[in-house]
Amino acid sequence: MSTEKKYLLAAFVSGAMFACGLLWSEMANPAKVLGFLDITGLWDPSLLLVMMGAIPTAALGFRWMAKQSKPLLAAHHAVPATANIDVPLIIGAVLFGIGWGIAGICPGPAVLLAVIQPASGVLFLSAMALGIALHALISPRA
Amino acid sequence: MLIDTAHFTPLTALSGGLLIGLAASVLVVSIGKVAGISSVLGGLMTHPTTSAWRWAFVGGLVAVAWGWQAYRGVALTIETPSIWLVVAGLCVGVGTRYGAGCTSGHGVCGIARGSLRSVVATAVFMLVAMVTVWLRHRF
Repeated sequence: MSTEKKYLLAAFVSGAMFACGLLWSEMANPAKVLGFLDITGLWDPSLLLVMMGAIPTAALGFRWMAKQSKPLLAAHHAVPATANIDVPLIIGAVLFGIGWGIAGICPGPAVLLAVIQPASGVLFLSAMALGIALHALISPRA
Repeated sequence: MLIDTAHFTPLTALSGGLLIGLAASVLVVSIGKVAGISSVLGGLMTHPTTSAWRWAFVGGLVAVAWGWQAYRGVALTIETPSIWLVVAGLCVGVGTRYGAGCTSGHGVCGIARGSLRSVVATAVFMLVAMVTVWLRHRF
């Protein structure tokens, strides 16, 4: 198999594993997410455990990458070096928080729900795509 | 604060989380990319012709979603009314691009590599989302 094919296969496998994790952990279930965000009501702490599971296993890969000159199947890595905490970061996080709090859907689950629950999932994904396009129009560097 | 013990699923949450993190590791170790879904989708839309790996990654997401729909264990429902779904989708789209990350890019990958920027972003969007849920229950 050519390196180019392996490269794309690795991305496909990662996406498939990611989706399995989102579905198995119920991160892709809007009701579950809203139950986690409802800290003043009956609080379901499950998603805290999703983060506690995901961060250490992701850290393994990033720690490996930090020590290597390049990834296995590519010449360079694209891990961002940005470190500044600026106004766009905060405004963006606030806007995202509002949207996530309204529907309980973040970008990964949005893709899955558009397939699993197309009636309303496609509507959310379309609105999200419109938001991405709007940002690209406003921001010249995108 | 009252814990919702009836809906608390620590084992599936933790094991599913391990798998999400492992998926992010596979991506960075193999091709050196960050598994941040909002950035993947943003890249697809702004640079569709030079996004082969992004298409492949999204292909993996969609393939599993198809499989899940065909042999699903749990039905997923979206109960938010359409108008609010549109508002929420717009906020998530603009916000994740403006803030350069979402739950996966900042919340998992960013925190995993020790980025203070991502820790701050994650704290902000989680707090704001919690306040939003609180407000929605009251108005």
